[in-house]
Amino acid sequence: MSTNQANFLQSSLGKKLIMGLTGLFLISFLVVHAFINSLIFCNDGGTLFNEGSEFMAHNPVIRVVEIVLFIGIILHIVQALILTLQNNKARPVKYAVNNGKANSKWYSRSMGLLGTLLLMFLIIHLKHFWVVSRFTDEITSGEETMYGEMKEVFENPLVVIIYVLGVISLGYHLLHGFQSAFQTLGLNHPKYTPVIKAIGFWFSIIISLVFAAMPIALYMGWVK
Amino acid sequence: MSGNMNLTLKIWRQKSAKANGQLVTYPVKNISPDMSFLEMFDVLNEELINKGEEPIAFDHDCREGICGACSMFINGQPHGPKKGVTTCQLHMRSFKDGDTIVVEPWRAAAFPVIKDLTVDRAAFDRIIAKGGFISVNTGNAQDANNIPIPKIDADLSFNAAACIGCGACVATCKNSSAMLFVSAKISQLALLPQGQVERIARAKNMVAQMDEEGFGNCTNTGACEVECPKGISLENIARMNREYFMANIKE
Repeated sequence: MSTNQANFLQSSLGKKLIMGLTGLFLISFLVVHAFINSLIFCNDGGTLFNEGSEFMAHNPVIRVVEIVLFIGIILHIVQALILTLQNNKARPVKYAVNNGKANSKWYSRSMGLLGTLLLMFLIIHLKHFWVVSRFTDEITSGEETMYGEMKEVFENPLVVIIYVLGVISLGYHLLHGFQSAFQTLGLNHPKYTPVIKAIGFWFSIIISLVFAAMPIALYMGWVK
Repeated sequence: MSGNMNLTLKIWRQKSAKANGQLVTYPVKNISPDMSFLEMFDVLNEELINKGEEPIAFDHDCREGICGACSMFINGQPHGPKKGVTTCQLHMRSFKDGDTIVVEPWRAAAFPVIKDLTVDRAAFDRIIAKGGFISVNTGNAQDANNIPIPKIDADLSFNAAACIGCGACVATCKNSSAMLFVSAKISQLALLPQGQVERIARAKNMVAQMDEEGFGNCTNTGACEVECPKGISLENIARMNREYFMANIKE
């Protein structure tokens, strides 16, 4: 890497660019994830969903994308930590009175907190499904299906509550993050930015509702 | 006079850059609602001087909203609760009789307190010195129609040029980021033909200086745009990002 590129990636704008790009990449993952999981709503006892998850588990392209995905998550987190530490250092003495709500949304000021909650949720979530499907032979041996695993996990009301809270954090994180990523990439236009903001708003709400619907529906027995 | 107000002020007092500061409470009486916020400070300072106390140091110059000197963080907002005004344009009628008003200096590592409410904003000057100008010898002003500039570009450039460098954007930003300021200064020149020669170096050098001064990183909360007394738009930050990315791709 030339010094020029190194300078760029270490600059404030370079780091922001990485935040924005990884953020958008993670959003694209959410779309795929939500789509495959929605197959449980076919109400066919999870047949289609199991086929979908089987495909995702064995397709070599998806295996590679999975690695890229983990790199994306780690980059997003590491950059966020570096930026947050720098930001804290940029104001060593805090205000006695700071009326933040007068000029910005609370969730736009709480991306770090929301992200931390999301990370905690992600660890629980990976332990529930990813670890089981990848590092045990429960599913490959045919002893258990992914759908069966889902039903089992969401029998516990506490787990359902944790998932709903995780999804709420996701919704607010996206509410700011979606449109913020476009601004960071330099895409701000008097005509198109309101469109991006509207898409971001509805995307955040719809994707959160879809994700929240899964544990709730399984717990309530709305899908068989 | 009827309608005059009695207020309680909590003002940050700090003897010097190195000294520890604290909020000190000052009651002020019989304040006219037609006074500007700074005139109220003049009244208080006169009282303090008459009592033999040290007056409160605060920056002020033009007192008509164009110099950007009057940096005061009032009740949690730069230049107080009104939009699109500097402290000198804030009038006491924006407050109610009996109110308590907290006044603090801009808080940022890059804006160290000099004394009381005055901060050192030389960091902005050093950023400008890195490219916020055009080094072309223009000679006499030429005929305006010699360099045709689209109306939309001229307007955008003018809007960016309205920045008075007051630092409210930094003061209100949760990250103490100076990106609204720097982006306005990059934009005003990037949009005009005169700014093209040094365009690449300008974006790179001004951003590098901004980082070196220890300003924080923008998280697009949009607080700066809301608090800016001159209505500088967030579009400028997006433009700065484009300028910087393109500058790094080209060189």
